[in-house]
Amino acid sequence: MANGAAGAASPGALGVTARRDAWWVQPLAVFLGLTAFVIYATWAAFQGNHYRYTGGGADYLSPFYSPELFGDPKTAWFGGKPAWWPGWLVFSPALLILPFPAFFRVTCYYYRGAYYKAFWADPPSCTVKEPRSHYRGEASFPLILQNVHRYFLYVALLFILILAHDAWNGIWFTDPATGQAHLGLGVGSLVLILNVVLLSGYTFGCHSLRHLCGGRINKLSQCPMRSRIYGCVSMFNARHMAWAWPSLVFVAFTDIYVRLCSMGILTDWRFF
Amino acid sequence: MSSTATFRIWRGDANGGQFRDYQARIDEGMVVLDAVHQIQAEQAPDMAVRWNCKAGKCGSCSSEINGMPKLMCMTRLSDLPLDQPITVEPMHTFPLIKDLVTDVSWNFRAKKKLKPFNPRRPDAPDGSWRMAQRDIERIQEFRKCIECFLCQDVCHVLREHHLEDQFIGPRLFVFTAALEMHPLDTENRLPNLRKLDGIGYCNITKCCTKVCPEEIHITDNAIIPLKERVVDQFFDPITRIINAVTGGDKR
Repeated sequence: MANGAAGAASPGALGVTARRDAWWVQPLAVFLGLTAFVIYATWAAFQGNHYRYTGGGADYLSPFYSPELFGDPKTAWFGGKPAWWPGWLVFSPALLILPFPAFFRVTCYYYRGAYYKAFWADPPSCTVKEPRSHYRGEASFPLILQNVHRYFLYVALLFILILAHDAWNGIWFTDPATGQAHLGLGVGSLVLILNVVLLSGYTFGCHSLRHLCGGRINKLSQCPMRSRIYGCVSMFNARHMAWAWPSLVFVAFTDIYVRLCSMGILTDWRFF
Repeated sequence: MSSTATFRIWRGDANGGQFRDYQARIDEGMVVLDAVHQIQAEQAPDMAVRWNCKAGKCGSCSSEINGMPKLMCMTRLSDLPLDQPITVEPMHTFPLIKDLVTDVSWNFRAKKKLKPFNPRRPDAPDGSWRMAQRDIERIQEFRKCIECFLCQDVCHVLREHHLEDQFIGPRLFVFTAALEMHPLDTENRLPNLRKLDGIGYCNITKCCTKVCPEEIHITDNAIIPLKERVVDQFFDPITRIINAVTGGDKR
C-alpha cells in the first residue's frame, strides 16, 4: 500500500529519516539507562552480602534482597542456603527475588515500547527506518509471552507490602544496651520510605492494574468503588513513564546506600 | 515585516517524482498550509494539495513536515527552523495520487469490515436508551478523532511492514474501542481483534499518540485496554475460569 514514490526517506537503511530533531537522544538515553541498571543489578544480586545494615540499631534491608527468604539464618524467613540450591550456581538471596520485579518491568507496557526502540530499533524512533523487513510484533512467540504481565503485577503488589514493612522496620532502632526498639529517623529510613513511595507510584499506574480495577467494565457507574479505584489508577497511569524511571533509579540507589552503610564506607546520619 | 523561507515540496505521482524548492513570503501567524497555498497561487498552479477547513477539524491536509506526520493547517511556521528548507511530503504509508495528495481509501474499506455497533434493546418504549455519563465519558475521547490518518501513517506496522491485510492500525483500534467499551453495545469483538485485526502486532511505540492532532491517548486509552481485554479472553486462564463462573465482567 505504501506509495513508494514519495519522499526522500522512502527507500533507505536503518536510521534514514527526514526528521530534523535529535530523534536518537531518547532511545540512546533508554539504552544507556537500562543497560547501566541491568549491569549494576546483576552485579549486586550476585554479591550475596552487605544487603542489610544493622549499625546503630538500625534495620535497613536492600530492596534487591527483600523479602529475604533464604540467607542469613538469623534474619531470613526460611533459614540459610536451601539444600536444593544447585551446586554450580553461586548462592545469593537476591537471585530468588529479583526475577519477579525484573519480569514485571520487562513485560510492562511502557518499558516494552521503550526497549523495542532502544535495543531492537523496532522502530528506532517514529518515522525512522528500521533495519529489518520481517516483523511479527507481539502476535506470536516469543513476544506473545508479554501477555503474562498481569501475573507479575500480582507479585509486584505483594512486594509493595513487603517493602512497606521494610520501610516501617527502618524507622525502628534497637538500643544495644537494653534491646528495646524505639522510633527514630535516619537518612536510610527516608531512603527506604521514598523507595517504596516511588515503587508504589509506578506499580499503581500499571496498565494491567487499571484494566483489572475497572477498565474491563463498560458500566462503571454500577460499581462506584471500582469506579473510584479506576480513577485513581488512571491518574497514576497517565504518568506511568514519569514514575517508571525515578523508581528504577532509586531502587538501585537504595541498594547502593544500604551496601555502602553495611560496608562502613558511608555513615547513616540520624535525625533522632 | 515579512521575510522569506524555502519550502522543499514533493512533486510527482505514483510513477515517480522529486523535491522542488519554492520561496514563500512569511508573515506572522502563518501555518504551512498558508505557504503551500501561496506557492500554489503564485508559482505552481498545478500542485495538488488536499485541504478543507483550515482549522484542524476536517483531517484533510495530512502530510509530513520535516519528516513528522502533521496537519499542514495546524503547523505554525514560527515553530519550524526557517533557516533551513522546510520539507513537505505526502504521507508515506498510503498510495500517492499526486504531489501532496494520497489515496486513504484503504482506511474506509478496512473500517467496513469491522463489527458495527450492536446496542441492546431500547430501555424505553419510545426506542431510546438511558446511559450514565460516567459510562460514556471514557469513549467520548475517541469521538474526537477527525480521521486525518496521521496515526496510520506513522504506525511502523503499516508504514514499514505493510501488514494492512493483517492489521487495522491505530485509527481503527480507536474506532473499535469506542464500540467495544460502549455501555449499550452487546457485540464481542475480541476474537476479531486478535485474529483479523492484528492487535498483537502493535508493539506500543506510542508514535500514534505522539502525532494525533486531537491529542487522543490512542495507546494508553484505546489499544492497551483492548490488548488487556484480549488477554482476558485468550491468555489468562484464571480470568477465564472466573468469567466462566461469574458470567464475566463486561457489563
